[in-house]
Amino acid sequence: MDPLLELLQQDARLSAEQLGAQLNRTAEEVAVEIAAKERDGTILGYQAVLDPEKANDTGVLALIEVKVTPERGGGFDRIAERIARFDQVVSCWLMSGGHDLAVVVQGSDLRDVARFVSEKLSSLEGVLSTATHFQLKVYKQNGFLSHASSTGGRLPVSP
Amino acid sequence: MSLSDKISARVQAVPRSGIREFFELVLAAGDVISLGVGEPDFCSPWHIREAAIFSLEKGQTSYTSNLGLLELRKSIAKYVAAKFHVQYQPTTEVLVTVGVSEALDLAFRALLNPGEEVIYHEPCYVSYNPSIYMAYGTPVTVETKIEDDFALRASDVEKAITPKTKIIMLNFPTNPTGGVQPKAELEGIADLAKQHDLIVITDEIYSELLYDDREHHSIAALPGMKERTILMHGFSKAFAMTGFRLGYACSPPELTEAMMKVHQYSMLCAPITAQIAAVEALENGAGPVEKMRKAYWHRRNLVVSELNAAGLSCFQPGGAFYAFPEIRSTGLSSREFAQRLLEEEKVAVVPGTAFGTAGEGFVRCCYATDDQNLATALGRIKAFAARHRVS
Repeated sequence: MDPLLELLQQDARLSAEQLGAQLNRTAEEVAVEIAAKERDGTILGYQAVLDPEKANDTGVLALIEVKVTPERGGGFDRIAERIARFDQVVSCWLMSGGHDLAVVVQGSDLRDVARFVSEKLSSLEGVLSTATHFQLKVYKQNGFLSHASSTGGRLPVSP
Repeated sequence: MSLSDKISARVQAVPRSGIREFFELVLAAGDVISLGVGEPDFCSPWHIREAAIFSLEKGQTSYTSNLGLLELRKSIAKYVAAKFHVQYQPTTEVLVTVGVSEALDLAFRALLNPGEEVIYHEPCYVSYNPSIYMAYGTPVTVETKIEDDFALRASDVEKAITPKTKIIMLNFPTNPTGGVQPKAELEGIADLAKQHDLIVITDEIYSELLYDDREHHSIAALPGMKERTILMHGFSKAFAMTGFRLGYACSPPELTEAMMKVHQYSMLCAPITAQIAAVEALENGAGPVEKMRKAYWHRRNLVVSELNAAGLSCFQPGGAFYAFPEIRSTGLSSREFAQRLLEEEKVAVVPGTAFGTAGEGFVRCCYATDDQNLATALGRIKAFAARHRVS
């Protein structure tokens, strides 16, 4: 992958100056490239990665396995895009294996997600079945360990 | 009775390490940001730690062969062939040691008769001079210079050769300068070794940490050199495994056997847990190593440009994880610079003189520390340099 994108994926808050210094490029070059990547949709957005427990996030997250009937001509794309457009859907992926789509749904509580699945998702034309799994605890999120203990213990000076 | 009189004359004559002295100052100063370490800030990759834990769960807690686990020696031979382009026999030409430090001690003790000379380059890692001396050898220093980007000139080595010279000792990329050795100069030194029938000991512990698409060249891979070279490498730096204390020496069977004798009666063998972890590192560690190398590379760019912006002239080091800026613009000695930076800005760097007299006028800044600490430390160094500029 592009070294600039790699750095941004590790820490999107680095300024163009900081990115430039690390990549031996000027801040202007970096800023222009980032703007271009935002425009062409390579960079979809920027988010903070939170520990839901510490952030006091009382909402629920569910992974829903969905089986669908692919359409002639459109394959899975049309139905997948239709599902993805719902605000409650955080992620939507076409999968190999026992089901077709994996849909990550966020809701305020259990009932909220249940309502979405029964009223919106299951009732869509082409959806054959759903299996809903609720998230219980987060150990690692987007590459970050929650409850990570420090790995310190280095001496302040060594040869 | 005075106990200090009981200490052997040779050990009495060895001065305390400049780093240890400075270490005590840093401890006393309390809450400092340290660029004074010589080790990665990363923890050993989890897959390596997990392999070590699993071996303990299985009860693998015995001695190993004096040479080291055969499985590890095979992995080492494969890795060395791929990275250094030299073939070694795992059964007779690879010795697993407790770090490169032990390997060095073994090599000097196995090779040196009293008074024989070892040529090495300064500024350098703190142990070379005392290790040679404690093995009854005579250390002979050749300086590397900033105008050569701290590479070693073959012509300078040639001037230092006497009838007593037995060994040329190399360390590239170099701690503390980050200097790398151009292939042409390496070839010049190889020619000298062949011409004067010398042994070459080469500590290539930082070979994985090279930047700007540089390729590592080992002197052992040059024609006619394998048969007179002891190639040393280890797991501390690239694999972030300093505390595992594991290294190795590759050399012709006669030399391996001689070092093994010393190793056998002093260390017996390297710890088995570390050896098992090392197999995992070599077999599956390429991904994490590359990830860490990239992080160091980004930090090097940042550190070098910031130090230069601060008016501390710093050459672009090709490898390792140290920057070695010149601090003469402040009018301070290396020692004063480091001490006052510590007192005034609570940032620890190591005076260049800890690595030999050739280090006067420089300090070593290790950039193996997290980005935020690094940015803060650089900000403070900038303020310090601005306050102390004389010219």
